[in-house]
Amino acid sequence: MIFINSIGSITPNKTIENGHFQCVEPLYKELINPIQLRRMSRILKMGLGASTICIQNLPESKIDAIIVGTGLACILDLEKFLFTVLEGNEQSLSPIPFINSTHNTVAAQIAFMHKITGYSNTFCGADSFDSALADAILLLNEDANQVLIGGIDEYSEYHFFMNSEEHDLKNAQFGEGAIFFILEKELKDNSFAQLIGVHSFLTKNKKCNNNLFEIIKTEITLFLKKYELELTDIEIFVSGKNGNCFSDDIYDILQRDFFPHSDTLQFKHLCGEYMTSTAFAMEHTARHLSNCTEKYALIYNHFNLVNHSIILMKTSK
Amino acid sequence: MIEEELIEQLKSQIIESLSLEDVSPSDFDADTPLFVEGLGLDSIDAIELILLLEKKYGIKIEDPKQRREVLKSVRTMANLILNNKQHDIANK
Amino acid sequence: MTLLTNNTNRVFITGFGIISSIGCGESDTFKILQEKRTTFRKVTFLETALTQFPVAEVNKSNHDLTLLASLSDNEHYSRTFLLGIIAAQQAMQMAGLKTLEGIVAATTVGGIDLFERSYKKLIDSNYSAQNKQQIAFSLDISDCTEKIADYFGIRSNVSTISTACSSSANSLITGARMIRSGLVNKILAGGMDALSLFSLNGFNSLEILSDTGCRPFDQQRNGITIGEGAAFLVLESEKSAKNKKIYGEIVGYANRNETFHQTAPSPNGDGIAMTMKQALKIAEINPESIDYINAHGTGTLMNDLSEGNAIKTVFKENIPPISSTKGFTGHTLAAAGAIEAVLCLLSLKKQKLLPNLNLENVTQELSFNPVTEMKDAKINYILSNSIGFGGANSSLIIKKV
Repeated sequence: MIFINSIGSITPNKTIENGHFQCVEPLYKELINPIQLRRMSRILKMGLGASTICIQNLPESKIDAIIVGTGLACILDLEKFLFTVLEGNEQSLSPIPFINSTHNTVAAQIAFMHKITGYSNTFCGADSFDSALADAILLLNEDANQVLIGGIDEYSEYHFFMNSEEHDLKNAQFGEGAIFFILEKELKDNSFAQLIGVHSFLTKNKKCNNNLFEIIKTEITLFLKKYELELTDIEIFVSGKNGNCFSDDIYDILQRDFFPHSDTLQFKHLCGEYMTSTAFAMEHTARHLSNCTEKYALIYNHFNLVNHSIILMKTSK
Repeated sequence: MIEEELIEQLKSQIIESLSLEDVSPSDFDADTPLFVEGLGLDSIDAIELILLLEKKYGIKIEDPKQRREVLKSVRTMANLILNNKQHDIANK
Repeated sequence: MTLLTNNTNRVFITGFGIISSIGCGESDTFKILQEKRTTFRKVTFLETALTQFPVAEVNKSNHDLTLLASLSDNEHYSRTFLLGIIAAQQAMQMAGLKTLEGIVAATTVGGIDLFERSYKKLIDSNYSAQNKQQIAFSLDISDCTEKIADYFGIRSNVSTISTACSSSANSLITGARMIRSGLVNKILAGGMDALSLFSLNGFNSLEILSDTGCRPFDQQRNGITIGEGAAFLVLESEKSAKNKKIYGEIVGYANRNETFHQTAPSPNGDGIAMTMKQALKIAEINPESIDYINAHGTGTLMNDLSEGNAIKTVFKENIPPISSTKGFTGHTLAAAGAIEAVLCLLSLKKQKLLPNLNLENVTQELSFNPVTEMKDAKINYILSNSIGFGGANSSLIIKKV
């Protein structure tokens, strides 16, 4: 069994600025050594900050592995460096935004700061947090005892182009966040919830569009079957509804056809839409479950109707 | 520009270009070693300081050995800039 | 923690594909290795001001690559995707598979080349919103992986790993662990990266590009030569690979953080030393069993010294034959681990040690002489190292079956 025993997060907490959800950031100087802090971009500070809070929240932690899921990683640094080059400047460039924009920078800096010499991996893309979670479960089934896993993404101009008129994400508000968890095989007094499983799938092919809802329903049913559960066992349905009239249908359909008996929990009104929002959903659900008794919760989320993820959780007590 | 003025100017520019938020110009003097035991800068900072000399003072240094000499302290950097100016004037 | 599991399904390699500056496919690639021919040249297909640095470019235009992949021309195909799909097609064909249960792909820049050549269209009002999205999506590096997954009809277990220069070593390790634990029975794993303005300028800003062509382990080495390419391996469990031709077995692997510096490795190579030791432990073999080391050997002052010292630490007096093949392929970034794994498979198959190019005087600090000629040898176990930014070290051990 796998338990969520610590959480550290830097999230928007409903804060909307400049038309998107924006993280409320702590005073980093209290969390990160100023010498390290000086070269860090915002997303790096968010990632380091959230992971440090997570580690501090679990005294005597001895972390075996760091796994990060990030949709676009340090996209602002990447844009900064790339646009300088694209404007024709190919000489005398500062290396810092290039170094920072390496996708595994957050994982590497966490390892560096906390002197964690074990396993480290970084997954990218819209279901990267879910891939990271699957890897964490695999590690804990190998011989890891304590895994630090996080989902991080920052808002950038990139979203502006994705949000253009014909696009699926129309009407949804974008967001961001840095959320870290410590997963362990041991139930502790401070356990938030139990993590049972994760499954993600891709419906990129246009052929999928004709029977998209059927595909999603089948995947959820098969996933639950793996754990010998019925739809009626799910008492909390966590829905990734984001306010987009074109792609929210599936959440309503699932609620109506699959989970009419369940309580529904939403989360994107708190954090907005972004690639690793399932990390936020996992935090939100874990905190909710920590006050419940004997309940199963199922998170279903899709990004852009292409990347789908299902996370199954349960109360720990 | 006299050496002392240039040294103060360089200190501020170093603090700014390396984002040394918690360091003030009075925290180090002209002869404090910039790397390892002094300000504790590293190889990435060295590249930034070379870029600073290039962008603000028009001085390009390629030779790694000369770089090490120049980046020893704020004074060695200032001396290079002053010598370079004298060269410029002499050449004009 | 050693990544050991109670479930120990064996991990067989039943297919592989490769495209790099030294050729497309197994036979072209081996021919250049045999001829010890350099393919470094002035950059041709990428428009850049940095022409003073030789590169290891795949000698095919995007149009030619599209034809090679039997795809119809599409201005929104990135070069990284094209390289990736070609290597993946070869691997799948060799394994005799149409589809499989997952894909773990590695890339550092993804489709950034598409963004670089078309970003001006983002502000062109005549260009449709849908086309703009295609360009913007290229900054999501997982887009290449998803396109390959879609091509082979793979729906689940699709993931993209990006850990700098050790990326595809990690995709192979992740794929191998998934097979070993019984999660899947057959999976495609590898990496891809095209030359881009972003990486060329990035490494130039760090002042580590060689202006002569990289010279791994040479006393006069002066930096890396960036290359491009892709390689994919089909990994199958013993059950799934039954009655199939097997090209090698992944028996050991390790992934560790060094935690020494943000970009530089430690001079002693403590990180890569502990990684090699752990891979040997998982493979349950002694260092003496290793018959050949395919080193990361990038040709920078620090990397080769650090890796060389680590090899001395692990192998002591019995250092096996070593070479870095980056003098052939250049440093293909996220593709490097997978490309080098394929070169190791060729080494196993032909029972030949691969030569290290551009080596005149071996680094004085190191006590070994890399192999400089293609030589016959009895090769059972090969160790391959990958070292990335931020101390991301990985090692793989491949065995002849």
